[in-house]
Amino acid sequence: MGKKLLLKNDHISGIQSYEVYRQNGGYASVEKALKTMTPEAVVEEVKKSGLRGRGGAGFPCGMKWSFLAKPEGVARYLVCNADESEPGTFKDRYLMERIPHLLIEGMITASYALGCSNSYIYIRGEYFYVSRILENAIAEAYANGWLGKNIQGTNYSLDLHVQVGAGAYICGEETALLESLEGKRGNPRIKPPFPAIAGLYGCPTVVNNVETIAAVVPIVNEGGDEYAKIGIGKSTGTKLISASGHINKPGVYEIEMGLPVEEFIYSEEYCGGIKGGRKLKAVVAGGSSVPILPANLILKTAAGEPRLMSYESLADGGFATGTMLGSGGFIVMDESTSIVKNLWNFSRFYHHESCGQCSPCREGTGWMEKVLHKILDGHGTIEDIDLLWDIQSKIEGKTICPLGDAAAWPVASAIRHFRSEFEEYVKQPKSIQDVKHYYRLQEAKF
Amino acid sequence: MPKVTIDGHTIEVPEGTTILNAARMIGGDVVPPAMCYYSKLKTSGGYCRTCLVKVTKGSEKDPRPMPKPVASCRTTVMDGMEVQNKTAPDLVEARRGVVEFLLCNHPLDCPICDQAGECSLQDLAYEHGLAKTRYEFSRRTFEQIDIGDKIKLHMTRCILCYRCVKVADQVTDKRVHGVMNRGDVGEISTYIQNAIDNDFSGNMIDVCPVGALTDRTFRFKSRVWYVNPVDAHRDCPKCSGKVTMWMKGNEIYRVTARKDKYNEVIDWICNDCRFEKKEVSDWKIDGPAKIDKTSVISQNHYTVKAPSHKPMLNSVNMVGSKQIGE
Ligand SMILES: Cc1cc2nc3c(=O)[nH]c(=O)nc-3n(C[C@H](O)[C@H](O)[C@H](O)COP(=O)(O)O)c2cc1C
Ligand code: SF4
Ligand code: FES
Repeated sequence: MGKKLLLKNDHISGIQSYEVYRQNGGYASVEKALKTMTPEAVVEEVKKSGLRGRGGAGFPCGMKWSFLAKPEGVARYLVCNADESEPGTFKDRYLMERIPHLLIEGMITASYALGCSNSYIYIRGEYFYVSRILENAIAEAYANGWLGKNIQGTNYSLDLHVQVGAGAYICGEETALLESLEGKRGNPRIKPPFPAIAGLYGCPTVVNNVETIAAVVPIVNEGGDEYAKIGIGKSTGTKLISASGHINKPGVYEIEMGLPVEEFIYSEEYCGGIKGGRKLKAVVAGGSSVPILPANLILKTAAGEPRLMSYESLADGGFATGTMLGSGGFIVMDESTSIVKNLWNFSRFYHHESCGQCSPCREGTGWMEKVLHKILDGHGTIEDIDLLWDIQSKIEGKTICPLGDAAAWPVASAIRHFRSEFEEYVKQPKSIQDVKHYYRLQEAKF
Repeated sequence: MPKVTIDGHTIEVPEGTTILNAARMIGGDVVPPAMCYYSKLKTSGGYCRTCLVKVTKGSEKDPRPMPKPVASCRTTVMDGMEVQNKTAPDLVEARRGVVEFLLCNHPLDCPICDQAGECSLQDLAYEHGLAKTRYEFSRRTFEQIDIGDKIKLHMTRCILCYRCVKVADQVTDKRVHGVMNRGDVGEISTYIQNAIDNDFSGNMIDVCPVGALTDRTFRFKSRVWYVNPVDAHRDCPKCSGKVTMWMKGNEIYRVTARKDKYNEVIDWICNDCRFEKKEVSDWKIDGPAKIDKTSVISQNHYTVKAPSHKPMLNSVNMVGSKQIGE
């Protein structure tokens, strides 16, 4: 059994409530930090832990915190990114639903470390019911003196607010999130300046993922060095993986970094193997944005080493033969899956979610979706496959925010690894009823 | 003062200058095209991505090249920076891609567009575009909305440069329009079909790089290259009163702000000057306007240096369609 830090208590009944959470050691990190540590010491522990951002980019959290500008007399903000909208990712929801106090505890400890007196949790609109759970938990925390004025008799005060978004994937991008939080249109900002210098209301701001903030709790409790012992290389600690697709046991798993991918897919402790004993075809390892890998490359690197669940191992081989850990949305596809159809589904998503500021993403995402639909619909040509490749290459790296890249990578990787499947569609057109049905529904809506 | 080299030309510029403005100080071919940046509008730029350049050396201190092309209009110069614009073939190719994206959903209704002849997108497409489109799907359309009796909105032509929104934010006193919806169905609109009505709203027309916002008082009256630009002024209580009148004989067809060689307004003008003062007796004439740009207006009427570039029709390896010349 791998070590569990975040989900170690999630089986305890009533852990949602303050009493049970507290009885099981809850809020110890706040006590420890506020009463025995300086804010700088907390930042130092997080640095030592090697914790990397769990929102997708994997940026070292301690470093991000130490970049935060601290001008005299200017407020600083901590914003928790709970917008979780990446297809295939549902770990933050699980954590907030099951153990809401863990996030709140992390928010208090992290806010203390960063010197914030107002912090925000920005949660996606579709998680409305989860925002209710959080609000209840926050009310309990206030009632028990963990939030508000002079927390537990110390001279640290903090107010924590929950803001519900309106259901836009792009509002998960940190600067679009800040715009939305300010009540504006959720368009990503042009960087620099980065949020650490000018974020929410122009003040220095840290934006962190739910899981990143939750991980601060065990780091402060057990010490950064202890945390860094778990995992492998620069991928320290544990990671929540949202496993979905053709597996026997879909769900959220906490794994120690460095777990072999093969063990994750096939062991009874985790995914429990492929449904119906079918063969593994491909895996999208880190949420819809990361490159798809065929079975042979997800289980072993190009050099023949076993592929591990870590930032480095999954990225081994670059985009030619590797992928990314991303947000940990692990989507498994068996041999019955149509890669082209799946890709069309992803492309449809990015087309729908592009904010439309930059022309390559605004126009390119829609174009790719249409070409894919044409291929699926049996009207594609070999040139269309090359065209798709060309379009994605003209989006990637040319946009304001990484959504453009996120739309391009799935297309590039699907063609790179499964070109023959596209060619099959072109040579032997099949009638794709469900795709047609989707467009009929769309037309009916307008 | 930081020194920057763009396509081999080195220049020293004040701290905080963007690559685009440094290139404009050098002038000529090293200037990247800009469809959304507008030097007179704060926070403009960054959207269209036509001004992308390649930074081959970050600075003297940190000489690493930048990993991706950057928007020159929003990237400040560092001392010792080296930049490629026209001299990097992959960059030119990337820019051609951007132009293709801008044209994907553009209606190409130039024959009936009042902007034709002074349209930045026409110039850009002429310089970078392909002769044939690879986009074979229906182009997007919008419900027409009426934004008042002075300004005509053709949303299908819009490239979402956000310039008009910034004018409304920064030049007029109450903004009533903005971008509604998201992605490629985003549109310039007024909230609940309000008419845009305030003293400086007409400047939206001048900043629009395409024919999405045009002057209703000039609508279908003449092609722009048949009217002569004449600089004039009047004592205006609201604005500088310095304008360009577009005339045929003694008749004023339209009035616009004066523009510089990058097609940018020099002084904002008020709606009275723009829409109401159409008699020669309203104005004191300063003389013929200088048109220093690559538009058809200059091609026909003025002796200016012809653009040194050639249209690049045949240099792209296109898949799936034939080009002119094949
Ligand atoms: C289009 C887009 C969507 C994103 N969505 C999310 C999201 O839903 N949740 C999240 O934590 N980070 C998301 N991110 C990443 C954030 O921009 C940011 O990197 C992250 O919140 C930083 O937190 P971390 O350092 O703790 O990972 C998204 C990024 C992009 C470009
Ligand atoms: S890449 Fe797409 S989502 Fe991101 S800013 Fe540009 S248009 Fe918006
Ligand atoms: S002019 Fe720089 S991005 Fe549009």
